[in-house]
Amino acid sequence: MAGFKVIQPGIFSLLQDAGRYGWHGIGLTTGGPMDRQAFRWANRLCGNNESGNNDSGNHTNSTAIEVTVGGLVLEAKSHNSIAVTGAEIPLTINRQPAALWQTHQVKPGDRIELGYATQGSRGYLAVAGGFQAEAIFNSQATVPREALGGLHREGQPLKTGDNLPCPAPDQQLPLLRVPEKLRPANGSALLRVILGYQQHAFTEVQKQLFFSSEYKATDSSDRMGYRLSGAQISPSIGGILSEGICLGAIQVPADGQPIILLRDRQTIGGYPKLGSVLSLDLDRLAQLMPGDTMRFEPISIDQAHNALLLAEQKFTAAQLETVDV
Amino acid sequence: MSQTKLDISIAGENALIVYFGTEPNAQIAAQVSQTAEHLRQSMGDLLIDLVPSYASLLVIYNPLQTDHYSVRAQIRSATQNLLQSSEQQQGNLVSLPAYYSLESGPDLQRLADNASLSVEQVIEIHQQTEYRVYAIGFAPGFAYLGEVDERIAAPRLATPRQKVPRGAVAIADRQTAVYPAQSPGGWNLIGLCPEPMFDPSASPSMPVQVGDRVRFSAIDREQYLALGGVL
Repeated sequence: MAGFKVIQPGIFSLLQDAGRYGWHGIGLTTGGPMDRQAFRWANRLCGNNESGNNDSGNHTNSTAIEVTVGGLVLEAKSHNSIAVTGAEIPLTINRQPAALWQTHQVKPGDRIELGYATQGSRGYLAVAGGFQAEAIFNSQATVPREALGGLHREGQPLKTGDNLPCPAPDQQLPLLRVPEKLRPANGSALLRVILGYQQHAFTEVQKQLFFSSEYKATDSSDRMGYRLSGAQISPSIGGILSEGICLGAIQVPADGQPIILLRDRQTIGGYPKLGSVLSLDLDRLAQLMPGDTMRFEPISIDQAHNALLLAEQKFTAAQLETVDV
Repeated sequence: MSQTKLDISIAGENALIVYFGTEPNAQIAAQVSQTAEHLRQSMGDLLIDLVPSYASLLVIYNPLQTDHYSVRAQIRSATQNLLQSSEQQQGNLVSLPAYYSLESGPDLQRLADNASLSVEQVIEIHQQTEYRVYAIGFAPGFAYLGEVDERIAAPRLATPRQKVPRGAVAIADRQTAVYPAQSPGGWNLIGLCPEPMFDPSASPSMPVQVGDRVRFSAIDREQYLALGGVL
């Protein structure tokens, strides 16, 4: 069978596609890659073309592995092309260093090993044709909290001995590289915020405090959300009737420390929310480790849409470099 | 409904939230689900997902293909139609079997004692009410049903249980629910329902949706076990 065998799963490695859309009505979250841009670049390097609709369920991006911090070791069972993007995680193929953001050919028996992140926290390993697992609710995205998705459809992270099937390639792909200038910079982040939801429950002073302060990602930061520490902000209301939570929503519980809700968020909740972070910047947030810092900046909804359209155009128009062997 | 009550706010880059009122009630619940249904029909591929809840509807759209001006117009049009076709659509009436007993409902006696009622009366009151599905969330298939008769309303436990069994029929304040899967939980347990509230392999995966009406009907131990219930 064409594919890969998991020799060592690493700290926390999940199969992810673009996410599970259209099921909020029965309480399902979306899952999907925490750093969507890195995920899409990895797929593109492997020739997995997709229509690229932002957060749209219409086009499932090929399934890749999201590696948190590192430690994943795979053995290739067949000829294939792979690419790793995202965090700075040392990659070796048969113990020889191999570049990130670049396509590599692998053959049966090759050992693909990821070390541990030196910058950023999440890497994406894609293969030509994508990993194949049976979808559940139209998606392979792994959501452990919901026990849905992944290789066995029950939300488990990858484990030693898992066989990850992928289609046998019918031709050898060109070796490509994402130009340096197109790779996102990891490190402290400036996150753009679209004000909304209960923004009127926060006074001008509270908002200014939020936008002028530096916040730190705490240890309680995961795929559901990043809990921050920093200047305490106090909305004038303590709770609201539970309502739908969108990606990137900034909720402020009673302790005044904001929580940014991410891919595995609960679909409804009753804390006041100031607005939501632009999805492009959530990709930067997703690369922060506990202790890393961030700041926020307000933008209008029109600026947000412009930024999204521009980013999409840039991604579509980007020319990948050919790697000389 | 009066249009003045409707408030459409920005939630995020690709989401608007529609507020239908400030307090949940059966009429608002019906309006939320009707609007959701209408938008599902009218928005097609522009719609990514919807989150109906107590008195609001989160509308998530594709920002590369439409914008919030256009989605606002779609929402207004959906709620206009609501004006004309108001009260009739009531949502499905779903009956859920419940094995109420001291064996299956470890908090039943305490609820009865606190309310100065007999256990039988608590069971009777819980069954008599027709509930509305106000929201689904917290976990896949977890439906918040309201409103519980004030006499048997009870606050959440100070210390949540580590393990609430799948199918537990529970009360928290004026809401009731059936736990779709075993999980930690702080609601008061009064019985067990043998019907799965969430089954990924079934279609539909849930017996209810937001806006539906629910009634519980008491079954005995034997019936509970015969329906596949586990003790």
